Amino acid sequence: MLKPTLKALLLIGTVLLTSLSSPMVSAKGVYQSGPDFIAEAFNQPPNKATLWLTNDIREQAAEILGRSLPELRVRYHKLDNKTAWILEEIGKEMPITIGVVVAEGKIEQVKILAYRESRGGEVRYPAYTRQYLGASLTNKNNLDQSIDGITGATLSVWAVNKVAALALYYHGQVINSRDPS
Amino acid sequence: MNNKLLALVVGMNVSMAAAAETPSLEQLWNMVQEQQAEIAALKDQLSESNSRLQETEIVAEATVAAMEQFALAPTASKKTTFGGYGELHYNNLETDDASGTKDAIDFHRFVMFTGHQFTDSIRFFSELELEHSLSGNGHPGEMELEQAYIEWDATENLTAKAGLFLMPIGIINETHEPNTFYGTERNNVEKDIIPATWWEAGAAINGEITEGLSYDLAAHSGLYIAEGDHKPRDGRQKVAKAKADDMAFTGRIKYTAIPGLELAASFQHQADVRQGEGVAIDGTLFETHIAWQRDNFQLRALYAQWDFDDAINTTKLGADEQTGMYIEPSFKLNDKLGLFARYSSWDNTAGSSTDSEITQIDLGINYWLHPNVVFKFDYQNQDAPGESGYDGINMGVGYSF
Repeated sequence: MLKPTLKALLLIGTVLLTSLSSPMVSAKGVYQSGPDFIAEAFNQPPNKATLWLTNDIREQAAEILGRSLPELRVRYHKLDNKTAWILEEIGKEMPITIGVVVAEGKIEQVKILAYRESRGGEVRYPAYTRQYLGASLTNKNNLDQSIDGITGATLSVWAVNKVAALALYYHGQVINSRDPS
Repeated sequence: MNNKLLALVVGMNVSMAAAAETPSLEQLWNMVQEQQAEIAALKDQLSESNSRLQETEIVAEATVAAMEQFALAPTASKKTTFGGYGELHYNNLETDDASGTKDAIDFHRFVMFTGHQFTDSIRFFSELELEHSLSGNGHPGEMELEQAYIEWDATENLTAKAGLFLMPIGIINETHEPNTFYGTERNNVEKDIIPATWWEAGAAINGEITEGLSYDLAAHSGLYIAEGDHKPRDGRQKVAKAKADDMAFTGRIKYTAIPGLELAASFQHQADVRQGEGVAIDGTLFETHIAWQRDNFQLRALYAQWDFDDAINTTKLGADEQTGMYIEPSFKLNDKLGLFARYSSWDNTAGSSTDSEITQIDLGINYWLHPNVVFKFDYQNQDAPGESGYDGINMGVGYSF
């Protein structure tokens, strides 16, 4: 009866060692740093700015996220009518770090910068994030485009949807305000 | 004379006025000195104001940063996560020949998740479930530990786990929160053939071969289909002082490179599902499925087949082959309301020539009051040998968080 057990351990051990030494794709971890994402998003250095979460903004943001916001401000980068946001939202248990670039009220890029959940890492695939390109906000602060989900990773998909909508909302706030940058 | 006097007076006034408007050099110097002193004083004030402003900005920044750190920093409690799901069901069913009925309301599942993040790469996850509301001797329910494992991210592309975990087989075995699937009850194909919900104890690894192509491999405790039993569902030991004479091995390959699409195939082998008692009966499970979502349309289809050694036929004729399939199209009318239809067929004695297949058609709706809160209503029409299939309605409410 020991033989199957040994076979199993050998099999798992072999795959483990093979995986440790082979250049497979990264399923989770940090894929791009914030500064690199910002540098890539703009063709010249953008201005750093801060959006202070006043009561009105906080209420709307909380409605988009479906939870209250503990932070007092959000830092972002801006050049002309283009903004870039690095935001975090929990999928099932762990925060997903998401970079969103918005130009002229539409999403120009969504990129998963760090993914830490055990399952649902498919949200980082370019094939998935491309679905957000060109999306804008409806009157009810929802995305105006349908996003095809990932089976078994509903919470990660919801997290990315929420952050994309939130970045669009924040963008609208700073573009419509007398922001100095 | 008067004219001369007038001219003299005017001339004196003009020269006096001119003297008043044009200060002397000394006066000018004094004025410059005074103005320099004023400028110096103003500069000092401005400098002081700037210093105070800078200090105020630093204080504000430090205050906000401290507040955010307090509000946002991970704490011990945030490292430990808690969640759960539950579902209440009402069934009103009757067999085709009216000999049997099921008219019951049941809090089918009450589940609590607890997890803990030891480090960024080491975590614990557990699922504790109370089934049918009341457990213990003479009561219908059970208290079950369905998941309890340690997971370790060995590398960025490989995760290993050890403990008690769900089998990587089928669609609902690993993801079965009520708001994630259609139908009040879980489908019978995955329940009676795979058999979901199915967990075992052992070790497993999973990783990605390339973008969108992942694998799972597991070595774990196996089924124990005792003499007299023949269904895989009868063989679940639930890791409760389970017989471990023979282990089982499971592998899965999954393709998810296209948004909305999941294609997967699982394979399991166990050398002896009798766990060393009597004649050895080996068993092999093959399962494959597709889950495809495009806009508001979704399609799920699954096929599963067990092949056991012919020796199992001495217990139940035809049990050497047990198969099932279902196809489930659904459509979401909006974010809250979805319609579905499902056709299922399964047979736990498919190896015999006798007609033992059960088929079922389900039609129903899900209404999501919130993405995590769902109300369900469906009608089922089941055909089984001997007019024993149950027809009727099912209703339920479920949640997860």
